[in-house]
Amino acid sequence: MQVSSARFDTRDTGDPGGPGGAGDGGIDDAVVVEDLRMAYGDKVAVDGLSLTVARGSITAVLGPNGAGKTTTLETCEGYRKPQGGRVRVLGLDPVSQRRDLLPRIGVMLQTGGAWSGVRAVEMLQHIAALHAHPLSVPMLVERLGLDSCGRTPYRRLSGGQQQRLSLAMAVVGRPQLVFVDEPTAGMDPAARRTTWDLLRELRSDGVTIVLTTHHMDEAENLADQVHVIDHGRLIASGSPFELTRGTGSTTIRLVVTEPFPPAAPASLQASLGEGTEVQAVNRHSLLITGPADAGTLATVSTWCQENGVLPESLSLGQRTLEDVFLQITGRELAV
Amino acid sequence: MTFTPLPGAAPLPRMVLAQARMETRLLLRNGEQLLLAVVIPLIVLVAGIAGAKHFDLTFSHSPVDTLTPGILALAIMSTSFTSLAISTGFERRYGVLKRLGSSPLPRAGLLGGKVGALLVVEGLQFVVIGGVALLLGWSPALSPAGLAGALMCALLGTAAFASLGLLLAGALRAEATLAAANLVYLLLLAGGAVVFPASSYGSVGSLLTWLPSGALGSGMRTALIGAAFPGTSLLVLAGWTVVGTVLTARTFTWE
Repeated sequence: MQVSSARFDTRDTGDPGGPGGAGDGGIDDAVVVEDLRMAYGDKVAVDGLSLTVARGSITAVLGPNGAGKTTTLETCEGYRKPQGGRVRVLGLDPVSQRRDLLPRIGVMLQTGGAWSGVRAVEMLQHIAALHAHPLSVPMLVERLGLDSCGRTPYRRLSGGQQQRLSLAMAVVGRPQLVFVDEPTAGMDPAARRTTWDLLRELRSDGVTIVLTTHHMDEAENLADQVHVIDHGRLIASGSPFELTRGTGSTTIRLVVTEPFPPAAPASLQASLGEGTEVQAVNRHSLLITGPADAGTLATVSTWCQENGVLPESLSLGQRTLEDVFLQITGRELAV
Repeated sequence: MTFTPLPGAAPLPRMVLAQARMETRLLLRNGEQLLLAVVIPLIVLVAGIAGAKHFDLTFSHSPVDTLTPGILALAIMSTSFTSLAISTGFERRYGVLKRLGSSPLPRAGLLGGKVGALLVVEGLQFVVIGGVALLLGWSPALSPAGLAGALMCALLGTAAFASLGLLLAGALRAEATLAAANLVYLLLLAGGAVVFPASSYGSVGSLLTWLPSGALGSGMRTALIGAAFPGTSLLVLAGWTVVGTVLTARTFTWE
């Protein structure tokens, strides 16, 4: 995937600027998580996680299902008390200062969050009525393309419509910070674009956005900053550009018809030598990171010939967040 | 449109009012709730009067005078216990409580909104059921002590049954809450001394007045038939309110 640098030069994420940043004691980070530990019984969900979210940024928390994304988000939202470590959101403790914090944040839940018989617009109007200076409900409804289903009971809305309503509920109170959990799950591509556009517009108006996703393209397209987490730990952080640039900016993916012998990655690594990295994606697929030049390709094809390996496909490309995740964890992010 | 942040909670009274209006609308929109709230109590009233004539039962007062206070008690029970338990169970299931939990509305405000909605619905029930009873010849005993007692019974009965309804909704899954709340309602209707005086249940009658249903029913009868202040019934209802509230506060989960 081609990473455009256009979105990196428009923002200085360290700058608290914008109306949302004013009056909060000059703290640059909208969210600070320090050494967070959470467990459900014996099962550790978050294992010493530390991360920050710059004010005015779109920050993606990326990881496979079960990585601890939702638990982390729900701790920031004050639903859960940290079992270990410390969480500050807009400089406030989400548990003990919850009443001060709640009006300033917007929360988009992963699923549900409305009465089954409530009409879409009626639900949004209700959430708006709980805030002092809500956005205009008719305008927000139109902006999110919900006007055609405004009188439809919640249970009859499509998954994508429910998601958009949920997003509308998160932003209607004009929050400084919005937490969105898997914002485009179940959306068709058009609704996805609408949602991304809205999130970008929120950012340009000074709203900080924290989103969880397990879609690489969502993080790459949208986020200023990406925190990759796995098994409740932070495994990588940076802008999508920084994360994907790496040393060897290109990758070669080799897919074969018969499963590799277990020793294959090491054997290919030995043939390629220093400066390249070989990783097994699965028994049929290898990821080679390094200079994708003629020499590397020649070595790979010679290795195939010598080892009686029949290539099914050999593809070259820019390193993606997907590859980054694979290289760090040795597993694919695909869920 | 601009999304420039301008956060803030609405004033608490406005939030509670919004919540009460929303909950009232949803309660009235639901056909089953309406059945429970008005239709069943009216059927019981009419059937009770017809049955009393048919079987030549003799009450110390006319059948409609004897039955109506208990029917009003039944209406309170159906709304504050069964309807509330069912709707709250599903609110938990559908993530409504979680969603509202991240809104500026505090828990006390949510509870206030629910109580407001219950009182509005109960007011409508009293108008409809009382109106029909008056048409059927109901002439309640009117005295300041009795009217004050009936009002207090209605309020404390609402509090007691609402706390028990929330206890049920907090303890069980939504479907189980639906089943249990209806079952308890039917059992109390039949054997809880709510519509029929405790004395009509023979030797267990005096025990039934310790149930919230028996206390509410007999309190309403003391107030509206006997024109007296139902002190004992109110104490029993207050006791149930305390028990229900403490248990609910300990067990209720919002997710």
